[in-house]
Amino acid sequence: MTARPLDRGTLVFLGLVAAAAIVVPALNLALPESSPLHVPTYLVSLFGKYVCFALLALSIDLIWGYCGILSLGHGAFFALGGYAMGMYLMRQIGGRGVYGNPLLPDFMVFLNWKELPLAWWGFSSFPYAMLMVLAVPGLLALVFGWFAFRSRVTGVYFSIITQAMTFALMLAFFRNDFGFGGNNGLTDFKDILGFNVQADGTRAALFAISCVALMLGYLVCRVLVASKFGMVLIAVRDAEARARFLGYRVESYKLATFVISACMAGVAGALYVPQVGIINPGEFSPANSIEAVIWVAVGGRGTLAGAVVGALLVNYAKTSFTSGPLAPYWLFLLGGLFVGVTLWLPRGIVGTVQHWRARRREVAPDASGPAEGAPDGAAQKPLAAE
Amino acid sequence: MEFRTTSALLYLDAVSVSFDGFKALNSLSLTIAPGEMRAIIGPNGAGKTTMMDVITGKTRPDEGEVLFDGTHDLTALDEASIAVLGIGRKFQKPTVFDSHTVEDNLRLALAGDRRARTAIAWRETVAARERISSILETIRLTAARSRLAGNLSHGQKQWLEIGMLLAQDPKLLLVDEPVAGMTDAETHQTAELLRAINAEKTVVVVEHDMTFVRALGVKVTVLHEGRVLAEGSIDQVSENERVVEVYLGR
Repeated sequence: MTARPLDRGTLVFLGLVAAAAIVVPALNLALPESSPLHVPTYLVSLFGKYVCFALLALSIDLIWGYCGILSLGHGAFFALGGYAMGMYLMRQIGGRGVYGNPLLPDFMVFLNWKELPLAWWGFSSFPYAMLMVLAVPGLLALVFGWFAFRSRVTGVYFSIITQAMTFALMLAFFRNDFGFGGNNGLTDFKDILGFNVQADGTRAALFAISCVALMLGYLVCRVLVASKFGMVLIAVRDAEARARFLGYRVESYKLATFVISACMAGVAGALYVPQVGIINPGEFSPANSIEAVIWVAVGGRGTLAGAVVGALLVNYAKTSFTSGPLAPYWLFLLGGLFVGVTLWLPRGIVGTVQHWRARRREVAPDASGPAEGAPDGAAQKPLAAE
Repeated sequence: MEFRTTSALLYLDAVSVSFDGFKALNSLSLTIAPGEMRAIIGPNGAGKTTMMDVITGKTRPDEGEVLFDGTHDLTALDEASIAVLGIGRKFQKPTVFDSHTVEDNLRLALAGDRRARTAIAWRETVAARERISSILETIRLTAARSRLAGNLSHGQKQWLEIGMLLAQDPKLLLVDEPVAGMTDAETHQTAELLRAINAEKTVVVVEHDMTFVRALGVKVTVLHEGRVLAEGSIDQVSENERVVEVYLGR
C-alpha cells in the first residue's frame, strides 16, 4: 500500500534538521566567543559540509536503496553542481583578482586567454548559475542513463561505467585547456550575492540553507518512495524482469530516479563549494563516489534517514581521525568499516534499528500467536512501515 | 496490419532463433485459438522457454512471423508493450516482489496506468481493492495478504505469481512449469485453478510433469529441437513412436 509521505519518522527528521538550522547559527552569532556554548565559525562551516554530504548520501540512497542501482559516480554530479556554483563565485570576483581583469578569472589571464569561453557565459547571473547546478548534472544523468538503461546495463557493469564516467571527468577537468581552472580548480572566492563568503553571517546562512536543502531533498525522496512510483522502484529492485513483464517500462522509472538523484547531488555540491572555499578536479576522484556509497551502507540503505545518519557519522569520524596521529590509516579504517558493516550489519545502523522495532511490534500484540507468521514480518523490508 | 490474417489468438509461423549457431527454434509454427488451453511439453533444450521469450518480446526471432490477435506483430514490440497488449507470463522459477506484501504484489500487477510520471499521484480505487480481495480468494492467499512475499512458501509464491497474472487481466497467459516443486495436493489444486482461469482466458502451459498435463486434459504440443514434433491429445502423443523415442532417448 502506498504510505503517507509525512509519516512520524519524517516529521521527527525534519524537526531535527530544522532545529539544527536554527540552533547552530544562533549559537554562533548570538553568543560571545567567551561563552562555553559558542560555536566557532569554522565548526559552522564544517557542519555545513557534513549537511551537504548528507544530501549527497540521500541522493545515492534514492537510486541505490530503492531502485537497486549502485551508482559509483555520484561524486561526479556533486562536483558538477559544485563547479557550476564555483563558476558563479569566480565571476563575482570581477576586478578584485590578482591580475585585476574585470572579465576574466585569474587562471584565464594566466593562460593568456583573451575572451571568456562560451561555457562561462551567463555565470555572472545567480539564477542562471543555479539553473546550471540542476541542469548540468541532470542532463549528464539523462544522457548517460538513457544509453545505459536502454541497453539494459545493470548491476556491477553499471557501477563500473559510472566509475569510468567520474574518472573521465576528473581527467578532463585536470586539463588547463578544458577551461575550468585545471589542476588548481576554482578558489579565492570573494562574495556570494553581495555577501562576503568569509563572513560569519554568510557562513551561518549557508549552513541554514544547506539544512533547508537537506529537508527539501528528504521530502522529495519521501514523496517519491511513499507513492506508487516508489512501490515500482522496489519492485524493479526485487525482480526487474517481473516488473517488465507486468508492463512497466523499467527504464523510464530508472531514468527518472537517476536524474532526480543527480540533481540532488548537484545541489549538494553547489552548497558545499562556498562553505569549503574551493572546488578542484579532485572532487571527481572515483574514491569520493565510493566513500559516499559507504556512508549509505553504514547508515542503512533504503531508509533515507540512514543515509543522513551514515554521512554524518562517517564524516565526523573522518574529521576526528584525520586530525590525530592516526591520520595515515583513515582509508584502512574506512575500508574496514565497509567490510564490517557488510558482514555484521548488512541493514546498516538505521535499517537494523527499524528491523528490531518492526519485529518487536509484530511479536508484542500477540506473543502466543502463530510462531510461523509472526517474526518474519519485516525480514527484508527496507522501510519499516511507520 | 489492417486486416486479420488469422483467426488465431497467437500465431507463430516458421519462427527461427539461433544462439551462436545453435538453433533454439527451428522454423517453429504454432497456432493457439482464442479460449483454448494448450499444454506444451518437450525434453530439455526443446525450445520451450525460447518460444516463451519470443512471444513476450525478450528475444527477437531471426526469421518468422509472430502475430497476436491477428493484428499485432510481436517481433516489433518490447516486453512492456506486449504485456500491456494482454500477454501475461509466469516464470519457471517463481518470481515475485519479495519485499512487498502479497497484497502489494497484486496491486502492482493490477491492470492500469503503467507510466512513471503518473505513478506519483496514483490513488487506489474501491474497485481495485475489491478486485484484489477477489483474486486473493481465488489463489487462497487471503490470510497471507499482508505478509511479505519473500516469506511465502514455494507453492504459495507460485500461486501468488499466477494471481499477479490474473490481476494483469491478460487475454493470453503463458505459464512456465507451474507445478515445479509442488506437493501432489498443490499440483492438483493448480490444475483446477488453471482450468478455472481457462473459462475466461486463453492459456498456454509449459510443463514437464506428465500427470499434471494429463490432469489438465487438453491438447498437447510436443516440441523437439526447436520444432513441433507432434500434436494431439495426451494419449495420442504418448503413443507416437517418435515422441517415445525422444523422451526415452535413442
